[in-house]
Amino acid sequence: MTSSAMPPVSPVPEPQAAVDAAPGTGPVGTLLTECPPVAATTGPMIAIDNVSKWYGDFQVLTNCTTSVTKGEVVVVCGPSGSGKSTLIKCVNALEPFQKGQITVDGTKIADKKTNLPKLRSRVGMVFQHFELFPHLSITDNLSLAQRKVLGRGKAEAEAKGLALLERVGLKAHAHKFPGQLSGGQQQRVAIARALAMNPIVMLFDEPTSALDPEMVGEVLDVMVELAREGMTMMVVTHEMGFARKVANRVIFMDKGEIVEDAQKEEFFGSPRSERAQTFLSRILSH
Amino acid sequence: MFSNFDFSVILNSWRYLFFDGMAFTLTLTALAAVGGVVLGTLIAMMRLSGLPVLPQVAKAYVNFMRSLPLVLVIFWFYFLVPYIGQWIIGAERPIQVGAFSSSLITFTLFEAAYFSEIMRAGIQSIPKGQSAAASALGLTYWQSMGNVILPQAFRNMLPVLLTQTIVLFQDTSLVYVLSITDFLGAASKVAQRDGRLVEMYLFAAVVYFAVCFIASLLVRRLQRRVAIIR
Repeated sequence: MTSSAMPPVSPVPEPQAAVDAAPGTGPVGTLLTECPPVAATTGPMIAIDNVSKWYGDFQVLTNCTTSVTKGEVVVVCGPSGSGKSTLIKCVNALEPFQKGQITVDGTKIADKKTNLPKLRSRVGMVFQHFELFPHLSITDNLSLAQRKVLGRGKAEAEAKGLALLERVGLKAHAHKFPGQLSGGQQQRVAIARALAMNPIVMLFDEPTSALDPEMVGEVLDVMVELAREGMTMMVVTHEMGFARKVANRVIFMDKGEIVEDAQKEEFFGSPRSERAQTFLSRILSH
Repeated sequence: MFSNFDFSVILNSWRYLFFDGMAFTLTLTALAAVGGVVLGTLIAMMRLSGLPVLPQVAKAYVNFMRSLPLVLVIFWFYFLVPYIGQWIIGAERPIQVGAFSSSLITFTLFEAAYFSEIMRAGIQSIPKGQSAAASALGLTYWQSMGNVILPQAFRNMLPVLLTQTIVLFQDTSLVYVLSITDFLGAASKVAQRDGRLVEMYLFAAVVYFAVCFIASLLVRRLQRRVAIIR
């Protein structure tokens, strides 16, 4: 699935070790060029505590509880309509929820006093349909939020954007507009745009679902690289190859509930729940 | 057919017609269009805000303005604004509002109702994911509106906004009820002074047609140029 340009699969680094290696001193050409600002909290990076959500009478999430620790890569999978996208959108408060609490790096997002724009600026998000801004050039797409939210100067923001574009292999396209790029290229720009904000965690909402099959690999390559560099990631995806390669944990959701929350080896080796077994047999059989 | 027409009346009065009349018409059109688009955009944002009360207020305003004949509103404002102004600042006498200010206020308020419907459609035409992406990057509501949503909405709606402005250009002729010298007013004054009604009104019609026709052609060309590649 992922292209042959990748180095041979190495064992997944221990999350903590990966994080220690990444900040500041990272070798030239890593996606994380700066140490992400992390508050001195000992708790998990994302803590989802008993979250329930309704659309009118219809309950989309039921008592979801899980957490993501720093440096961990968690893959969320499940049949469509199981609430996985909704759950990940709750993490940066793009979707409100009625019950429970989500804490991101020590900040309670359902708290009325929380400065949501500020919190969201530290949580990178990649969407299924890329959502680049079509009226802005790639350069401007990358620098808009850096300048408006982080207050960086034009030159600094553009330099940062260009460096990230180079990392995702799209430096030559900086002057173009999103509509002139392929889906895979747009999604790589979207990842670079999120990374330009120096996020402490990255959320991916089915990042490859809207792509033509031959473009899935190039996007997954970037995500694998990011994971190897120690980025904390929560990924909603059907790409089980990606999960096998870099995930630490896999969460399986069905009908708005977290049915299974297990280490990768355990999930793929011997899923406990029948629903996860059925899902896996269906998705892995072809 | 035109044997007893005297078109020299146009040659004798063209400076007055254009430098006084048309200049006023264009100024009023431009200012009212800009004011109407700004106010209309704010009304559209109110209407889509999802906050309590504001959407209903916006909706009531738009429906009210759209159910009244423009001539009536022009009259109304001309005679009413001085008293409203007096009431607001608590002056002893009705405040003086010139015919120009009065008509500008009227056209801005009236056109805002129409422009707001255009902008509402424009904002709604932007996929929800765009504002989600803007929010996810940490942009506030106003930053996201100003940098992401409205620029796209304006671009999508520019042809419609300009077409509405052409309608506004024609509607400004209604200021004749306040005896203002706009283009039609100027033509009418010359026509009555020189007794050349048919010639002048024919000429005015030709000028209005030419301006609007050329403007529509330009709008169509612009439409092709500003389209966003998706």
